[in-house]
Amino acid sequence: MFNFLKRYSKAVGSNSETERQGSVMNDQPVNERIQSEIDSQDVMLFMKGNPMFPQCGFSAATVQALSMAGVKYGSVDVLQDAEIRDGIKQFSNWPTIPQLYVKGEFVGGCDIVREMFETGELQEMLKEKGIELQESPAE
Amino acid sequence: MAMDIGEIERLIKEGIPDATVHIEDLRGDGDHYAAYVTSAQFEGLNRVKQHQLVYAALQGKMGTDLHALALQTGVPE
Repeated sequence: MFNFLKRYSKAVGSNSETERQGSVMNDQPVNERIQSEIDSQDVMLFMKGNPMFPQCGFSAATVQALSMAGVKYGSVDVLQDAEIRDGIKQFSNWPTIPQLYVKGEFVGGCDIVREMFETGELQEMLKEKGIELQESPAE
Repeated sequence: MAMDIGEIERLIKEGIPDATVHIEDLRGDGDHYAAYVTSAQFEGLNRVKQHQLVYAALQGKMGTDLHALALQTGVPE
C-alpha cells in the first residue's frame, strides 16, 4: 500500500502538469462546473481514476460497493482536473475523495458509502429515490 | 506527513469534548488509521454531518497531514 501511494503521488504530479499545459481552459466558475456534473447524472461519483481503473484504494472500494449495489452511475476523475479536485472539497465541505452524490444530494465518502452498502441502506435509499438497481450478479 | 494516534485523539477530543475515541493504526505505518468516535453531539445528525464534526475537529488535517482515516461515528448507547 505504501509503495502504491508513492506511485500514486507521482501520478498526481504528472496529471496536474498535463492539466496545466493541456486543453482544460474553462471560464466557468468551478462551483458551477461541479454543480452541472452533479446534475448530469442521478448518481455521480467524484473519484480518483475511473471505475475500470481506480487510482486509489478508497475510490476502488466505493466503486465496488456501487457496482455490487447494481446501480448505474457517472464518474468524474478528479485527477484529470485540478480545479474540480480542490473545488469539490469546498463544495461539499468534505476533505477527501471519493464523494458520492445522488440526485444532487451529497451522500458521503468511502466509509459512509461502504457502511450504507453493508447495512443495505444504500440500496434502500437509491430505490426510494426512484433509481433502478440491477440484481447484483452472484459472486 | 504522518500524524500519531495521540495527536489525532487529542484534536478530536478538543473539538468534541464528550467524545469517546478509539483509534487503530491499521498498518502500523503511522499513516493509515481507523477511528471510532461516539458523542452525544451526534444525536439527530446524519452520518455526513457527524463525520463533518470530526473533520472540523481535525482542523483541516484530514486529507493533508492525515492521509487515511477510516471513520465510523455513532451516538453512545
